[in-house]
Amino acid sequence: MTEVSPITVASSTALDVQRVREDFTALHQQVHGRPLVYLDSAATSLKPQSVIDAVAEVYARDCANIHRAVHLLSQRATDRYEQSREKVRAFLNAAKKTEIVFTRGTTESINLVAQSWGRTYLREGDEILVSELEHHSNIVPWQILCQQTGAKLVVVPMTDRGEVLREAFEQQLSERTRMVALAHVSNALGTVLPVAEMIELAHDRGALVLLDGAQAVSHVDVDVQALNGDFYVFSGHKLYGPTGIGALYAKERLLEGMPPYHGGGDMIRSVTFEETIYNDLPYKFEAGTPHIAGAIGLGAAIDYFVSFDRHAIHAHESSLLGYATEALESIPGLRLIGTAPSKVAVLSFLMDTAHPHDIGTIVDSEGVAIRTGHHCAQPVMEHFGVAATARASLGMYNTTDDIDALVAALGKVRELFG
Amino acid sequence: MELRELYQEVILDHGKNPRNHRFPEPHNREGRGYNPLCGDKVTLRLQLDGDTITDVGFIGQGCAISQASCSTMTEAIKGKTLPEVEELFSMFHTMVTGDDGADDLLDALGKLAVFAGVREFPMRVKCATLGWHTLKQALRNEGGEATTE
Repeated sequence: MTEVSPITVASSTALDVQRVREDFTALHQQVHGRPLVYLDSAATSLKPQSVIDAVAEVYARDCANIHRAVHLLSQRATDRYEQSREKVRAFLNAAKKTEIVFTRGTTESINLVAQSWGRTYLREGDEILVSELEHHSNIVPWQILCQQTGAKLVVVPMTDRGEVLREAFEQQLSERTRMVALAHVSNALGTVLPVAEMIELAHDRGALVLLDGAQAVSHVDVDVQALNGDFYVFSGHKLYGPTGIGALYAKERLLEGMPPYHGGGDMIRSVTFEETIYNDLPYKFEAGTPHIAGAIGLGAAIDYFVSFDRHAIHAHESSLLGYATEALESIPGLRLIGTAPSKVAVLSFLMDTAHPHDIGTIVDSEGVAIRTGHHCAQPVMEHFGVAATARASLGMYNTTDDIDALVAALGKVRELFG
Repeated sequence: MELRELYQEVILDHGKNPRNHRFPEPHNREGRGYNPLCGDKVTLRLQLDGDTITDVGFIGQGCAISQASCSTMTEAIKGKTLPEVEELFSMFHTMVTGDDGADDLLDALGKLAVFAGVREFPMRVKCATLGWHTLKQALRNEGGEATTE
């Protein structure tokens, strides 16, 4: 069996998964007449009731615009919005609240950095380094930037296990590397990249580092000060929070040197037709009315997540990964794609008799929700010479029963397709 | 929804052993199809003599539904005239999207009626129609790529 090493050491308090499951209303439904088995958390995680309630309460009670009116509702909405920023700061262990910019999510955060920082500081011949396992959202914004500036996109290859090795990374780093943009955790394969080492190496060459934390925040510890990366981005909806909200962390001195990404209300201090003076950080980057309820919902998601021992969550998921890896590998004709020694609970796989889309439809009819397709990581698919994979991805609410249900459903695939 | 209604024996058979899975020589039309959602790909070549399709074949990769649909389509259109093919496509499309009158078409569609179950799986309609969109593109001879988007 594939070697699976736990990401964190199990702590003394085990996760009470049954209690967790009670909090996720969506789990308590039937699909196609069978209890839902949700194994698509890497696409989006389900939301606990406290998040749903927090969002509903914004509209039901504190429905007002923020940073504007003097009335009480606006004050409450503003307070809660800013409290959420503080929760994000604490969650990432950023030094200052002003280093947290709310965005629509990971994609917008990366585009913000590419356009604001990149267009200001990159010149023709400069290099942007990404890895072969990136999500499209950590490729395309840099390609656009390259077209605009004449900078060059350089790719660090991955191994056939889906690892990005330090040696390969070092080889592609050059004196011209200005930005290194890496997934902290791969969405298609689950690989955890050795980002701490990579950040050090990049800094030695004078390059900045952006980490795409979309898949990391709910599965591994993130401490932006300890990592010492320059930008860290994530989406709320993969952290048990609402869609349409996420954040950009950036070191304050970098944000100070970056022009606004969008112009509009709230991001200004004063406007005349002759001159506009921009607002302070982080508001300079938050033009227009933001997703207030989403930000507050994200705060609630963080409250929920940190109410558990993070190491207990990681240990639970790590043990499920071991169980699932062994269970899937025992299925004849099934091949796991992405077998890095250090990975989170994401299992991409192929079956020799059935195409991923057929697998997806068949297991869905058994109540099991998995993702099929290229996972917005076509270069990864190309590396393995496939157009698509099936992918089961786990969250804190999953159990070994869910894995057993998947295995049984894959039995149906074999019944139909041989 | 019974899965067997989607994965009928004919579909499983054509998915596993697609017919006309080759490029005909000679050929004077080509179409390429791609479903960006799932990565299914098909290249279709055919020989059009006058307004009759005298030979047709395809090479593709994808799910059982998309490959079986291409396979049964090539069987159905060989020897047909353009107006007949147009009519078939229109009926097939109505059947898989479940539009009004779909049930009345099953007899006329013959073997293609095995795809009637697709209408219960809206996420898979694009798989079933990829080959047909590619055919349309080949007949228009526009070059480029037919997509299901």
